[in-house]
Amino acid sequence: MISLAGRDILHSWGKFVFTGIGLGLLIGVTLVMAGVYRGMVDDGKALLDNSGADLWVVQKDTLGPYAESSSLNDDIYRGVLAMPGVLRAANVTYLTMQVRKGGHDVRAMVVGIAPGKIGITPGWPPYLVAGRQMTRGHYEAVADIATGFALGERIQIRRNTFTVVGLTRRMVSSSGDPMIFIALKDAQEAQFLKDNDAIWQSRRRTEANPAFNRPSVPGLLDAVIASQSSNAFVNAVLVTLEPGHAADEVAESIRRWKRLTVYTRAQMEDILVGKLIASSAKQIAMFLVILAFVSAAIVAFIIYTLTMDKIREIAVLKLIGTRNRTIAAMILQQALALGVIGFVVGKITATYAAPLFPKYVLLVPADSIAGFVAVLLICVLSSIIAIRMALKVDPAEAIGG
Amino acid sequence: MRGKGIRIEGLKKRYGTGDTAVDALKGVDMQVAPGEVVGLIGPSGSGKSTLLKCLGAVIDPTAGRMTLGDEVIFDDGWKVRDLRALRRDKIGFVFQAPYLIPFLDVIDNVALLPMLAGVPNAEARQHALDLLVALDVQHRAKAMPSQLSGGEQQRVAIARGLVNRPPVILADEPTAPLDSERAMAVIRILNDMARKYETAIIVVTHDEKIIPTFKRIYHIRDGVTFEEAGEGRAL
Repeated sequence: MISLAGRDILHSWGKFVFTGIGLGLLIGVTLVMAGVYRGMVDDGKALLDNSGADLWVVQKDTLGPYAESSSLNDDIYRGVLAMPGVLRAANVTYLTMQVRKGGHDVRAMVVGIAPGKIGITPGWPPYLVAGRQMTRGHYEAVADIATGFALGERIQIRRNTFTVVGLTRRMVSSSGDPMIFIALKDAQEAQFLKDNDAIWQSRRRTEANPAFNRPSVPGLLDAVIASQSSNAFVNAVLVTLEPGHAADEVAESIRRWKRLTVYTRAQMEDILVGKLIASSAKQIAMFLVILAFVSAAIVAFIIYTLTMDKIREIAVLKLIGTRNRTIAAMILQQALALGVIGFVVGKITATYAAPLFPKYVLLVPADSIAGFVAVLLICVLSSIIAIRMALKVDPAEAIGG
Repeated sequence: MRGKGIRIEGLKKRYGTGDTAVDALKGVDMQVAPGEVVGLIGPSGSGKSTLLKCLGAVIDPTAGRMTLGDEVIFDDGWKVRDLRALRRDKIGFVFQAPYLIPFLDVIDNVALLPMLAGVPNAEARQHALDLLVALDVQHRAKAMPSQLSGGEQQRVAIARGLVNRPPVILADEPTAPLDSERAMAVIRILNDMARKYETAIIVVTHDEKIIPTFKRIYHIRDGVTFEEAGEGRAL
């Protein structure tokens, strides 16, 4: 038996191919949307992986340092370091801002890292693709290559200028912004430092306050102003564990004795995926549902139209003895063929379009397989209306009168 | 079966029930012998199409008896379980318009019926080609229907009606869209094929120019048929 669907497709291939391309672009958008979600999750995991930490010590009762703001005194790490099972502990600050270079700026997450060594001290970029790690205490930076900065370029963070001495890759925040690593002291200053007018106004206010400006206590005013002009806070303490110690046990110990909130890697991943990007994920899921309905409507409409065009032929086919299942199979195969054409076009579109997106789009083979199955399922469901209509066609319609 | 053609006795068809019931056929009697081509003529609303649909096993007659060859196919109810197979294997159809399947080439349009009946593709195509040769359209075997002239399309449609060698062919206004020369050619072909394949052919027509070619004519009026000898003019 010949394939009626195949012959019909070959006969009106233009209609099928162009419809398939239209559907394919829609499927491509759907795959990219799924890729955006995967990219967000992967960005979150990359953030955790690249920090090199086993535990995150943050301000008590906060979801910091990524999902909520967190502030700790920068000497807390010493007490943490003394806890059993802790191998290393290092302060870290995170500040998302516009980093200026010449006439333009780049959105980036500025990370303040404590002095230490690459591969040992948590928080440091684990590898470089060009240049060197920071060796000076101030005004050097290592930037992710996605910032577009080059070695030797001078960038401005708040009021200070930094030289890019190293480039790294795939070091991003949970929202996909590339990271720029600078020394912790510089980062603390960047988080706190205000413009000259603001500093002057603040000093005036302090001087005018009789509680601070007491002639009977010499040096008090200077001490207060000095404390107001420096920042002794960090956002988190990153902890690595000694071999053989369970993360949960050490975390519980720090929680209990230091009265701080501590997250393990698994908990931090839950926070990033379950809370930080949860609303974005729901947004994307809604888009996916809408796109699925739009795709289904397009396939249903096209298959319905193609079937309507063949009503007389279907009546003739039924009159001359064609089984209902042969006619149903013809319509179903056409819908599936449309889905396959659409998926191939969509997959190619998504693959070539993904790198053009400003944020990381991760196309996972499992998503493609799930998408392919979903497309076929949509095509099957969409063809039901046309099949029902075709099966209702009265063979008597082929006979006049 | 082929030896006896088709016989219809007291065939009735009623649409609706109660006060709104309409008797479209009130007791039709017909007999067409193998190799014979008869005309079925009647004004609009006389019951021609209803009779054709009953004969084509597309609608259910209300009462009566139909015999195809030696087999009683209807006797106050269908005696055949699979009406689809009956239409496919034992009744050929030729329509007013050719209604060829536009996405199949000529040979597959004709070969589709035997393929549907389970005949292997190559064998079905050979049957189809034999008929196309007999109808002198074998040179268009690979053409698509849209590439054929009206006369060629109608000849292909006749080939499709004949391909399963049915004992009876129902032709519904087969010459309506054709000029008189082509119309006469189609009637000539139907007569040739009826003789060659011993097929009983019923031609429903309004076409004045082909009516004189029938040796026997059935008139239908108000759901009742009556037979008349035709002129049987030489083709």
